[in-house]
Amino acid sequence: MIRCCANKVLSAPAILGSLLLASTAIAQETAQSIDPAATAWLLMSTALVVFMVVGLALFYGGLVRRKNVLNTMMMSFICLGVVALTWVSFGYSLAYAEGGRIIGGVDNFFLRGIDGSGEGIPGVLDVAFQGAFAIIATALVSGAVVERMRFSAYMIFIALWSVLIYAPLAHWAWGGGLFDDLLGRSAIDFAGGTVVHINAAVSALVLALILGKRRDYGLKAMLPHQIPFALIGAGILWFGWFGFNGGSAYAADSVAGVAFLNTLVAPAATLVVWAMLDMWRTGKVTAVGLATAIVVGLVAITPGAGVMSPMAAIVVGFVAAFPCYMTISWRARSSVDDSLDVFAAHGVGGITGALLTGVLASTAWGASVNGSWGQLATQALAVLISIAFSAVGTLVIVGAVRTLVPLRAPETQEAMGLDVPIHGEEGYTDGEGALLIPVVSSSKAAAVAGNRTRTLGGRV
Amino acid sequence: MKMITAIIRREKVNDVLKALFESDIYGVTVTPVRGHGGESETVQTYRGTTVKMELVEKVRLDIALTEPFVERGVSTILRSARTGEVGDGKVFVTPVEKVYRIRTGDEDEAAVTPVMTAP
Repeated sequence: MIRCCANKVLSAPAILGSLLLASTAIAQETAQSIDPAATAWLLMSTALVVFMVVGLALFYGGLVRRKNVLNTMMMSFICLGVVALTWVSFGYSLAYAEGGRIIGGVDNFFLRGIDGSGEGIPGVLDVAFQGAFAIIATALVSGAVVERMRFSAYMIFIALWSVLIYAPLAHWAWGGGLFDDLLGRSAIDFAGGTVVHINAAVSALVLALILGKRRDYGLKAMLPHQIPFALIGAGILWFGWFGFNGGSAYAADSVAGVAFLNTLVAPAATLVVWAMLDMWRTGKVTAVGLATAIVVGLVAITPGAGVMSPMAAIVVGFVAAFPCYMTISWRARSSVDDSLDVFAAHGVGGITGALLTGVLASTAWGASVNGSWGQLATQALAVLISIAFSAVGTLVIVGAVRTLVPLRAPETQEAMGLDVPIHGEEGYTDGEGALLIPVVSSSKAAAVAGNRTRTLGGRV
Repeated sequence: MKMITAIIRREKVNDVLKALFESDIYGVTVTPVRGHGGESETVQTYRGTTVKMELVEKVRLDIALTEPFVERGVSTILRSARTGEVGDGKVFVTPVEKVYRIRTGDEDEAAVTPVMTAP
């Protein structure tokens, strides 16, 4: 990601003021450093990335059982609230304020020093665009723990994760941190292969292993309840990804154009290969398979979207299909209940993409260096560091959450589905048998609700 | 000849079907039903509207069995549908006067004995 440093110009008005220049001059100075075209495109891109959360909610929601559809979708939607706030409070500053190689600073906590001024785009827009990335990255984790994690534990987890795991990695890759100098080279992560995908996927896998598998896992068939949701969700993710990758050019320029086309053709290649693999393995092209393939292709092209030719992007999409397909096939028969294959799609896809970027990057297509063995080594080291940090960090955070609330929903709730006991709603209801409670005195409702939750086996 | 009608938990359907098949009982009609069986109602809130959900979704199994199979069928359901919590359901056994298989016109025992076909 070619981030412009919004913070660095913040001191400019003060200096100018001390030079007794007219206030109009200051206004002009500020206005001139804002690139209107880049700003317009980043505004749009931010909205597109936020919309990916809706796509993810549909994608995940369609793949779970009917009785858990609301819980699953809300695990994505709650990130829009929790992570947006943790991001503006702490995350942005830890990722992008002036700091060392390991972590940013505290100067921008609660957006102190951030305003409409900036270099290229306004500082506030940078916060929003990067915040959307933090939100979608966090929401990705939920796919591994659906149908069993306690919602309160999840809320605490995402608040901690977005600040303590996501923000440092964002600093390493994009905030001038660790990944700027690995083995004498700068690791390329155009739009978030390490920061978003490998990071979320490793955390998801660790969290799934700590939580343990669903009680029905391996004993009963747990089929997707609404495959059209999954297809629509994958389509929305693709649509939003044009902002995710295209916006990461941080300009409305040729790099954005390259990233845009690559975001179209790489998943296209994965889609076709996946269909053929499906055909070879089962004799039929499956809808769930294609929805997954779209996500895999998008993940794989993310680290190199703006640094390679469209033909190279097709190679990335083509190659990524194989390890991801194999991993999903193996995972479904294993005892690892990464329920919606977050690791297979985002981890394996992200690693494949990050490594291939080291080989296929081209200065003719926007990269600062050409692909080489040395760059591949740097990419591999960045991947390994990301994996180690996410895994260890997640272990620590989960340990902390555990001391506050149990991680898993009670067994009876898991059996009947989490929607009714945890959220008090059903995804699909026609109202038959629902009797109005006319006087809603809050204490009375609480009393009835308390009675209910007792029978369902404990607190939500 | 008896008709076994069982009202069971939705999440127990697969367990019960598996247990029935393992007991060599194959002819089953499965219907999603809703009813009120005395278990405590749940409270749901949709924005300002709070409701008590008096009906619980269950699954009904209808199984026609010849006498030698009745006891086995009942005990299989009792065992495989049970969780021990309120709301596990019921099993009803009622007499059946006459059964016909539509395709062949077979009657009674012949009509309820499944014909296994190759998949």
